[in-house]
Amino acid sequence: MTASPLFDTQEEQGLQSTVDRSSGRSKLIHSLYSRPTSAIGTSIFLIFLLLALLGPIIAPYAENQQIVSDARQPPSSEHVFGTDNLGRDVYSRVVLGARNILLLAGLGTLLAVLSGTVLGLVSGYRGGLLDEGLMRFFDGLLAIPALLFALLLLGILGPSSSSVLMVIVIVYTPIVARVVRSVVLSVKQRGYVEAARLQGERQSVILWREIFPSVLPVLAVESALRFSYAIFLVASLGFLGVSVQPPTPDWGLMVKESRNYVDQLPWTMFFPAAAIAILVVGVNLMADGIKRFLLAPD
Amino acid sequence: MTSLDPILSIENLTVAYYLHGEWQDAVRDVSLQIHPGQVYGLVGESGSGKTTLAMAIMRYLGVTGVIRSGKIIFSGRDIAAVSQADMREIWGAQISLVPQNPHSALNPSIRVGEQVAEILRIHLGMGQVAARQYTLELLHQVRLPDPKRVAESYPHQISGGMQQRVLIAMALSTKPQLLILDEPTTSLDVTTQAAILDLIRELIHGTTVLYVTHNLGVVAQICDRVAVMYAGELVEDAPLEELFNRPLHVYTQGLLESVPRLGETKLNARLKAIPGQIPSLGARPQGCVFMPRCWLADESCKERPPLFEFQPEHRTRCHHWQELIDVQAGAPRPTGVDHATLPLQNIPSSVDETAPPVLTLQDLRVHYAISHTLGEFVQRKPARQVEAVDGVSLEIAAARTLGLVGESGSGKSSLARAVVGLVERTDGQVELLQASLPARLSQRDIETLRQLQMVFQDPEEALNPHQTVGSTLRRPLITLLGLSAGEADSRIDQLLQAVKLPPEYKDRMPARLSGGEKQRVAIARAFASNPDLLIADEAVSSLDVSIQASIINLLNELQAGLGTTLLFISHDLGVVTYLSDSIAVVYLGRLMQIGPAGGLLEPPYHPYTEALIADIPIADPGARRAPIRLESETPSPLQKPTGCPFHTRCHRKIGVICQTQAPPWQETADGKRIYCHIPIEQLQAAQPPILKI
Repeated sequence: MTASPLFDTQEEQGLQSTVDRSSGRSKLIHSLYSRPTSAIGTSIFLIFLLLALLGPIIAPYAENQQIVSDARQPPSSEHVFGTDNLGRDVYSRVVLGARNILLLAGLGTLLAVLSGTVLGLVSGYRGGLLDEGLMRFFDGLLAIPALLFALLLLGILGPSSSSVLMVIVIVYTPIVARVVRSVVLSVKQRGYVEAARLQGERQSVILWREIFPSVLPVLAVESALRFSYAIFLVASLGFLGVSVQPPTPDWGLMVKESRNYVDQLPWTMFFPAAAIAILVVGVNLMADGIKRFLLAPD
Repeated sequence: MTSLDPILSIENLTVAYYLHGEWQDAVRDVSLQIHPGQVYGLVGESGSGKTTLAMAIMRYLGVTGVIRSGKIIFSGRDIAAVSQADMREIWGAQISLVPQNPHSALNPSIRVGEQVAEILRIHLGMGQVAARQYTLELLHQVRLPDPKRVAESYPHQISGGMQQRVLIAMALSTKPQLLILDEPTTSLDVTTQAAILDLIRELIHGTTVLYVTHNLGVVAQICDRVAVMYAGELVEDAPLEELFNRPLHVYTQGLLESVPRLGETKLNARLKAIPGQIPSLGARPQGCVFMPRCWLADESCKERPPLFEFQPEHRTRCHHWQELIDVQAGAPRPTGVDHATLPLQNIPSSVDETAPPVLTLQDLRVHYAISHTLGEFVQRKPARQVEAVDGVSLEIAAARTLGLVGESGSGKSSLARAVVGLVERTDGQVELLQASLPARLSQRDIETLRQLQMVFQDPEEALNPHQTVGSTLRRPLITLLGLSAGEADSRIDQLLQAVKLPPEYKDRMPARLSGGEKQRVAIARAFASNPDLLIADEAVSSLDVSIQASIINLLNELQAGLGTTLLFISHDLGVVTYLSDSIAVVYLGRLMQIGPAGGLLEPPYHPYTEALIADIPIADPGARRAPIRLESETPSPLQKPTGCPFHTRCHRKIGVICQTQAPPWQETADGKRIYCHIPIEQLQAAQPPILKI
């Protein structure tokens, strides 16, 4: 066959629509809820966000309140997720744990995105030795498995919430920076960026005004994905016992502590583990929806 | 089937795309017939629906396109309704397509020969050996030097022109009944384009062809009959000479008039641009689609005109075709803007010829280093470099236009970018208004930046998509002129007015502008600081001809009004000769010829210039030209020929001296300078390559 359907049809390009982002936020929400998968993902995230915000109001018991008489109870109308071996209400601890994990993962992602964006913008725009050096350093960092690296860092810094934050920032900054840099490399060749240079614009103005808006959609998608991985990382570190310490109601920590009783009290492991899984899957589905909206408008 | 029956008969075909949640007609109610042996041209600007029509015949509309109504009768059978499975027997075997972009049409991971042989095996049932043999023969037929080597190559190892030859060989290999050529030369240089057109003309002998293009010059050279499309409708359909000599649709006439004829310059003719732009798919008028841009439009045009038949062979979809005949017979144009009465550009003739030049280049060099491959690194080979600009010296006088012509790879863009400072020059001097320009942009002061501005090629990337037009125009006023925000705002209106855009446009986002409008804003931005020198790098190349004319007129007007000096870079010799006061021709980073624009079309020429002129596609079926075709293609800048860089392709090469010695600069009495070994008297004797215009 002579022809393959791979030709450039210049004409059709002119017909393509461009998304007007004037009312971007309501359009995003509309788009997320137009597909069942992203609608479910977004709803899951919003429910967990609500738990994190209103946890103390929703939870029937305090996080470390021991009801000795009700210890080791399976799920019932009194304790919907059952109680653990110390008589703590598992439902209350799962609800109250949401704040910890969302805060750590969210704040960590935010900081990683901030530093990754700045480094990616500057590195991609300036190029040269700075770019080369930074990227090779990041390559080195990325060569170490994230969890191993996290354990190493926590071994040095000592286990604490701020250490976990730092781990997330250090592990994810290179990834974000590389994504940002790749967009910068293609955008900085465009006429309007070169025109800005010929107009004597300061570098910071060029980066912020001319280049950053084009990075934003990619960055938003990457942030959502990073966030879901960060949740997983926080939970893993909790499970390994190098994050927050007992008796904090951390989901990963709860799974770890219930290991010894899993044959007798399986619900003490099931519910925090399910919470982790559902949240990670939910955020992932939401990230997919955001990606579809921002990067493939039609 | 008798020989009088058409091979292809399209009847009331309507094709729609699914866009923004609804079906929108991209091609509306088109009928045409292609008879055996005919070369049928389908002409239109972007958005006219010509490619959609061709793709509909191929049934390549994709999931978002559908044939809504009408018939496509191909050798007696309606293929509009045939299943995709049945189309497999027609594709390649009975209808072949040569697509627009050769680069993406070949599979990059399969050797060229195998891709040709595959067709022979599938459609002609040849065996492995026979197919391979016949492949070499086919590659030889399309004049590929060393067919064996080409067959063994991967597509990226051969040039665009060679890729297109391979695709033509593939398309013709099965001797199809209908060959569809979709802009087959659009992405090629003019010299390559001319050679490919020669080849097509020679090989299609007897084959029925549908030739889709936007280029009237190409149509004039190759077609027997032409259909003009506009906004999805077929507006005129006539034999070639008829169409060019007696266009009966206002759009066709406008299209013909918006291209500068060879010999026309800004001093003796104003380009007649068609006002407005092609309406978008959703916004097409109900009546005559051309009505909003038509100077003859009246009440009757609110009704869709039928296809009037002026002669049995000449059809037009215009209510006013009779008036057009009168106008062509010399009657005054009745209403609307009469372009002919607009003043010509009044170049201040009193420009002081002794005034120092605005821009002086002395031996400018721009070299790009090629990083080592691992092998080269291990063997410690010296670093390779591309000498994109290799010692160019020239001057531009105040308020004048220098046209810089060259094909791709000639270094014309590198030259422009080195002058404005977007790339650092390797060597040489650049003086702007007698002051030496630092090589680096960061070392230039604000006043230097103000003096020197640039308009870029691609209007789609010229404007920040996230900024309104107003805020794009505000920046240079603030940074380069030091105006306050308030002062800048009042200037924005003036700038928009200068580029003939309404003041409301300052609140618009670029996505809502057409390509031509974007380029107007880009021009306004470049003129905002009132620069002394403006560099326009292929600034009109990506625009449709009807829009191109208005942008050229605009540049002329602004230049005349402000006294700006212009460096106009283009591959289009026709546009450059129209616009320029003097012209420089570059080839592989070297200047070949420089001199007053008026003398460019007269001998003596540099042999390269001579070939360029001979290869211009002229929109006139009567043009006869000397058959000057360059051999092979531009050598890679990495392996630049010694001596005269042009000697490998030169049709006037005189001997070893061209290979070994750099040519001298020879100067004629009227100030034309030519870089060639051939004595000027001999070059003087050359016939003008275009024998009749």
